[in-house]
Amino acid sequence: MMRGSLVLEALGKQFDAGTKALEQVSLRVEPGAFVSLLGPSGCGKSTLLRIVAGLESSTQGSLRFEGDGGESQAPALSFVFQEPTLMPWASVFDNVWLPLRLAGRSRQQCAAQIQAVLATVGLAEFSKALPHELSGGMKMRVSIARALVSQPSLLLMDEPFAALDEITRERLDDDLLAWWRDQALTALFVTHSVFEAVYLSQQVIVLSARPGRILARFEIDAPYPRGDAFRGSPQYAALCAQVAAALRAGSEPR
Amino acid sequence: MRSASVRVLVPALVLIAALLGWEMLVRFAQIPHYILPAPSLIGMTLWANLGSLAQSWLFTIKITVGALLLAALLGAALAALFASSWLIEVALFPFAIVLQVTPIVAIAPLILIYVDSTTAALLICAWIVAFFPVLSNTVVGLRSADPNLRDLFTIYRASRWQRLRLLLVPSALPYFLAGLKIAGGLSLIGAVVAEFTAGAAGRETGLASRILEASFRTEIPKMFAALVLVSLTGIGIFLLFGWLTRLLIGRWHQGSR
Repeated sequence: MMRGSLVLEALGKQFDAGTKALEQVSLRVEPGAFVSLLGPSGCGKSTLLRIVAGLESSTQGSLRFEGDGGESQAPALSFVFQEPTLMPWASVFDNVWLPLRLAGRSRQQCAAQIQAVLATVGLAEFSKALPHELSGGMKMRVSIARALVSQPSLLLMDEPFAALDEITRERLDDDLLAWWRDQALTALFVTHSVFEAVYLSQQVIVLSARPGRILARFEIDAPYPRGDAFRGSPQYAALCAQVAAALRAGSEPR
Repeated sequence: MRSASVRVLVPALVLIAALLGWEMLVRFAQIPHYILPAPSLIGMTLWANLGSLAQSWLFTIKITVGALLLAALLGAALAALFASSWLIEVALFPFAIVLQVTPIVAIAPLILIYVDSTTAALLICAWIVAFFPVLSNTVVGLRSADPNLRDLFTIYRASRWQRLRLLLVPSALPYFLAGLKIAGGLSLIGAVVAEFTAGAAGRETGLASRILEASFRTEIPKMFAALVLVSLTGIGIFLLFGWLTRLLIGRWHQGSR
């Protein structure tokens, strides 16, 4: 579990070329929360995720992790990209081994741990397969296994299921929620799908078109596990309609 | 597999047909052997002179393989240097291009003057011709690593060495091998052309000298015999690198299977 909260205060990002990607983003993600960032393409939501991951720096405002008694260190985090981003020359096992390998742990030391994670994502049989031998959904499962194996407390995901078909995507959504609950992760999930954001999250944050500003926040007050019952409920439909309206308002040219 | 056997059989049949046609043309038109020898005569000449030709063949192979190894090592090392520093690349790449675009026959006489040992001079000439494709391909290859994977290595705080070994080198390998495949043919060309320029004589001589020597004596069948060996060397190198590429990256790299 991430011990402190992730706090963004009036965060802004302007690229060297002068384009403004983000403006006045203030946000608090509590430990163990599932928060989605929803916005039109090019609204800076991926940039926001990259800033949290430390891959880019902000140009305004601040980002910090707040513990019980003040500021704490950045938690162990993992990142899942829109593409599976696997090493094509390495087996499924070796791909999942990567984060531990970079931390200096040998193949034998973590073999059991890797097999366990592969079993969790349903790929126990495929440890020797190469990425090109797998389907799109299976590749994404490997990518998530790699993210989970280092036992992060903060999981950052950048439209991870956007390229998958509807059925595969719904199954992965359900599995993701199970893994999030089992491992007490804090999840920050970027998507452009209203339905996916509402289905997965405790909180949906709607961003405007570039430069991204926070337009609205929605608390999704439905118990987990959420299944087809939630997908078919009037509450879900109503929330989706509200969120979609907010998104539409922010996507119109000003 | 049907397609695999077709791939070997069809060119083999074309070759046999061409040789037969050549043989018949020479016989029926009664072309003298000092103008165009028949394949059968070339074969017999090759067999009769195999002992002395083999020595030259070995020398040419030595120069070719030596230049290729140097090209692979120095090309890859220089590429790694270029990839690690933008300034070094900007500073040195133009000179690599100058070496590449200057015809080897134009530089070879100079190198032969400055370098005492003919063997070393030939090696340098062949290397100059061969190294550029390795260098430029490997530079592109080292840059070809997936940007998301690069980010992932940053997130997991990979060291420079880990990044090079686990990400950049495997990403560059297909490019490096493609460069090596081109360099293989070029180093043979370099070895032969340089020896023509050197006009070397004596014990340590390769196939180019034998071709020259045979040409001075108008021993046309012997010229062809030496030429056959040069071609065989080129084909051998080509096949070797095809095999090496499939062995190293065939399992995962598309287009190398």
